[in-house]
Amino acid sequence: MNDVALELASITKRFGRATALDSASLSARRGTVHALLGENGAGKTTLMRIAFGMLRPDAGSISVDGVCQAFASPSDAIAAGIGMVHQHFTLVPAMTVTENIALGGLGAFRPMRTRVAISALAKRTGLAVDPDARIETLSAGAQQRVEILKALSRNARVLILDEPTAILTPTEARDLLHKVRELVSSGGTAILITHKLRDALEFADDITVLRRGTTVWSGFTSTATEDGLISAMLGGERVLGDVTSTVATPGGAAVMSLQNVSVRDAFGIERLKPTTLSIRAGEIVGVAGVEGSGQRELLRVLAGRISATAGRVTIPPIVGFIPEDRQRDALIQDFSLRDNIALLGAGTREGLMAWSDIGDYARTMMLGYDVRAHDENVRAGTLSGGNQQKLVVGREVGGSHTALVAENPSRGLDVQAAAAVRTRIRAARDAGMAVVIYSSDLDEILAIADRVIVACAGRVSEAPMEYESIGRAMLGLAQA
Amino acid sequence: MTQVIAFIVDALVHATPLIITGLAVAIAFRAGIWNIGADGQLIAGATAAAWVGVAAPASIGWLALPLALIAAAVAGGVWAAIAAWLRSRFGVLEVISTIMLNFIATYGVSYLVRGPLQEPSHVYPQTSSIANGAHMPTLVSGTRLHWGFVIALALAVVTWWVMRYTAAGFRIRASGVNPFAARSAGLIDVRRVTTVAFIASGAIAGVAGAIEISGVTFALYENISPGYGYTAIAVALLAGLNPIGVVGTGILFGALETAAGTMQRNVGIPATTASVIEAIAILAVIAITQLRTRNAASVA
Amino acid sequence: MTGAGEAFLEGVIRTATPLALAAIGETVTERSGVINIGLEGSIIAGALGAVVGAAHGGVWAGFAFGAVCGGVVAAIFALFAVTLRADQIISGTAVTLLALGGTGTLYRILYGSAGAALNTPTLDPMPIPLLSQIPVVGPALFAQPSITYVLYVLIPAVAWWMYRTHAGLGLRAIGENPAAAIAAGIRAERVQFMAVLFGGMLGGVSGATLVLAQAGTFVQGMSAGRGFIAIAIVVLGRWNPLGAALAALVFGAASALQFFFQAIGSDLPYQLFLVFPYVLTLVALAATRGRTNAPAALGRQDLQQS
Repeated sequence: MNDVALELASITKRFGRATALDSASLSARRGTVHALLGENGAGKTTLMRIAFGMLRPDAGSISVDGVCQAFASPSDAIAAGIGMVHQHFTLVPAMTVTENIALGGLGAFRPMRTRVAISALAKRTGLAVDPDARIETLSAGAQQRVEILKALSRNARVLILDEPTAILTPTEARDLLHKVRELVSSGGTAILITHKLRDALEFADDITVLRRGTTVWSGFTSTATEDGLISAMLGGERVLGDVTSTVATPGGAAVMSLQNVSVRDAFGIERLKPTTLSIRAGEIVGVAGVEGSGQRELLRVLAGRISATAGRVTIPPIVGFIPEDRQRDALIQDFSLRDNIALLGAGTREGLMAWSDIGDYARTMMLGYDVRAHDENVRAGTLSGGNQQKLVVGREVGGSHTALVAENPSRGLDVQAAAAVRTRIRAARDAGMAVVIYSSDLDEILAIADRVIVACAGRVSEAPMEYESIGRAMLGLAQA
Repeated sequence: MTQVIAFIVDALVHATPLIITGLAVAIAFRAGIWNIGADGQLIAGATAAAWVGVAAPASIGWLALPLALIAAAVAGGVWAAIAAWLRSRFGVLEVISTIMLNFIATYGVSYLVRGPLQEPSHVYPQTSSIANGAHMPTLVSGTRLHWGFVIALALAVVTWWVMRYTAAGFRIRASGVNPFAARSAGLIDVRRVTTVAFIASGAIAGVAGAIEISGVTFALYENISPGYGYTAIAVALLAGLNPIGVVGTGILFGALETAAGTMQRNVGIPATTASVIEAIAILAVIAITQLRTRNAASVA
Repeated sequence: MTGAGEAFLEGVIRTATPLALAAIGETVTERSGVINIGLEGSIIAGALGAVVGAAHGGVWAGFAFGAVCGGVVAAIFALFAVTLRADQIISGTAVTLLALGGTGTLYRILYGSAGAALNTPTLDPMPIPLLSQIPVVGPALFAQPSITYVLYVLIPAVAWWMYRTHAGLGLRAIGENPAAAIAAGIRAERVQFMAVLFGGMLGGVSGATLVLAQAGTFVQGMSAGRGFIAIAIVVLGRWNPLGAALAALVFGAASALQFFFQAIGSDLPYQLFLVFPYVLTLVALAATRGRTNAPAALGRQDLQQS
């Protein structure tokens, strides 16, 4: 049982001048679950992309079952017995489960035969899916099962799972991790990329911790302690220092309110069922929900970015909005920072652009919000993710706004940048703004919100500020 | 020496429609609209201008010229508006619809100059000559160079100023580069902005048609445009979609096409060679841009 | 009247053949996520290539060289749009301009200002015994030049390849979600390049058909927008080879109306018929709401984004 299935030795990877991995190592034993722990930006995904042939290392070696390998592409890694389930699924939404699993094969494609094989595999592994369902009709949990089946159908002996529980409800997540344990009991190996200590301690046999691209700890889970792992991951940096949140119950006036508001999409499907709520000045309302539960529409209605199908929406003329996909929806990468700031209110501006005033404002704001760039004339696309988000936050809360809607505002940021963003949002609340924040990370919601609402299947309800209760509400279960 | 001056004059006369259609293309491309239809819009404008020029009574005198220009702008705008409407209402790719409208405009003129708008003797496939009042005055007496060239320069400056200093121009640029951010962060009505830019682009191309009629041909013929709208794409792209740059590349291509015409007559090098050179210019610009962004990406 | 009716049906198939050839090629190209506006360029290059090839080695050498020329033009497009990941619309427009100008220039260089090449060998109709005897549709479907029969075989072959092979599945996946295809080990860029090349070669065959089965000679700009019409046909055919073939028939009918009305002695202006396919394209695109069912990643420059 002690032979090594996947060995990554002294892997170094640079992107331009930045070093993503600096001599990182990992050794996964056959028949075990191996957790790869680290904060966002520690290099976990980069390391695993190298193991899966998506990136080539600048130095170091990869061996599978003791045989040294040089992968030129994922197909080489797949041939060597490695499978990967990406954090953002790599499924084709318009195609069926069968077609997706068959993808990458050779020769004639016989849907019926593939279908039978998938059903058999699904039965054997307990990963239930309908082979004829189109991916876009499946829940996130079902899509994840398809991803795992896809890897297993290619005879993957080492299965890499990148943050597999990030988009699942707590119950779904535990269910999945139990399934993974069953899979390795028959001789496979699973590598679990995660930043959740709890999952690693409960489900992994071995743990490797990465920090800033370097392996800082590795060993049996039985020899690890929670405190030890935390200090390994964070290296003594006080990160959760920004967590304390609660303030006195706000008594401000309602700034945003919805009365029986519902939203239908282009196909007439009711994404948000009739909802009534109000957000007061000086409070942060957290929104929880599994992807596709209606929170996307709820946030956009509150932000005035889409219009309601029915009901009455009362919001200020301009609501600050931090959308999830800032690269696409919040910034114009090819525009300068000044021009990106000028976007604010561009839809209703008349006459001339007051460029020199806008430039002055941009410089002041960049100072105030710690946006690090040479000056306001550099292209937004040249900024780091953290600086881009600080620019967006500054634009959306820095003006004369009285309300802010934020969607996963710290996703993809490193620890410091995420904390800075949360600090700004709290400051906006303290200055009297009404704030609504959605995060796919429950811990973040609990850390920042004054109260929580949960979206489930298009319905919105209030929930107590407590992990298990929110989890049950996300699944639409009665409170225990 | 006189030959050199004659060449320069010819080149500038040739450059005039290229600069104006180049501006039309630049505005559309800036808005993210692939208007390949400047040719059809120019033809629509030329047709309207010729109709006004022929129908104008002598009593209105020089007023015929501004009337012709306005009619041409409207006609070009309407021709573009068809494609704009098909795009916003039915999601029809404007690349295809504008090319189809180019063919329709070409055959439409072919019909008109043999039918309802044919000159009275019904011998030649063309309209009567336009009224004297509709003629564009010459800029340098004794040459073919006319005030249309000055109009082209003025349009370039105005376009540059609008794009750079006005809120409307900013909305066009934002909508073209990233419609998602324009909508979400700028609360810009992207559909409206791009539709207006599309129609404006067509109106400007229409003006180019009026200037050809009033300054060069004085009547509507078949093949009134030897593909100005296609050359305009090269003109606009080579200028990096910058309106002031369009003046430079327009003159460059005007000179190129003048030279190509001369060479065909004197040396036998086909005039189509000019479009090969234009195509290579576009491809060179694309290649340089792509390779540069690639290098930038690999450094970041 | 039956004479005119039969001639009309025959005309439908004859004019639909080059359109269907080009549209089926473009269907494969677009399913890989690339829209090749340069198809027009491949068609005109195929037409000139056919004249040159046929003059040296007969009709089938003409088709072969036409396909090669169409492929070369498509390869130039692919170099920019696929390898360099430049904007597909601009690259395609430039390549069309290049091919239209280039063929005009080459034709003049090869044959002088007089034109010539009037003795290009052409394909005669080849009636298939028995089938061509079927009343009304028999002569129209089965008394055509043999290139039409090649098309008949090509339609099911391409459909089978697209839906019943793993390679076809991979092609469709790239057009929908290239990142997913890459993660499954498919070399998306290479597949796109090959798909563009295939589309261009069929475009070349389409141009060769214009010369070798119809006009009998090359005329500058004789592709007359068929590449763009073929792109519209792909949309009407819902990005499906069989659908494209059926949509091509509609356009064939539009063009063939011209011969029909001439045969029955109508005096409507001929420009009306010339303009009809272009108007039909606009109406048809509007009627199908432009791009329903389009491959989700059609026209996308960045392959990694999902």
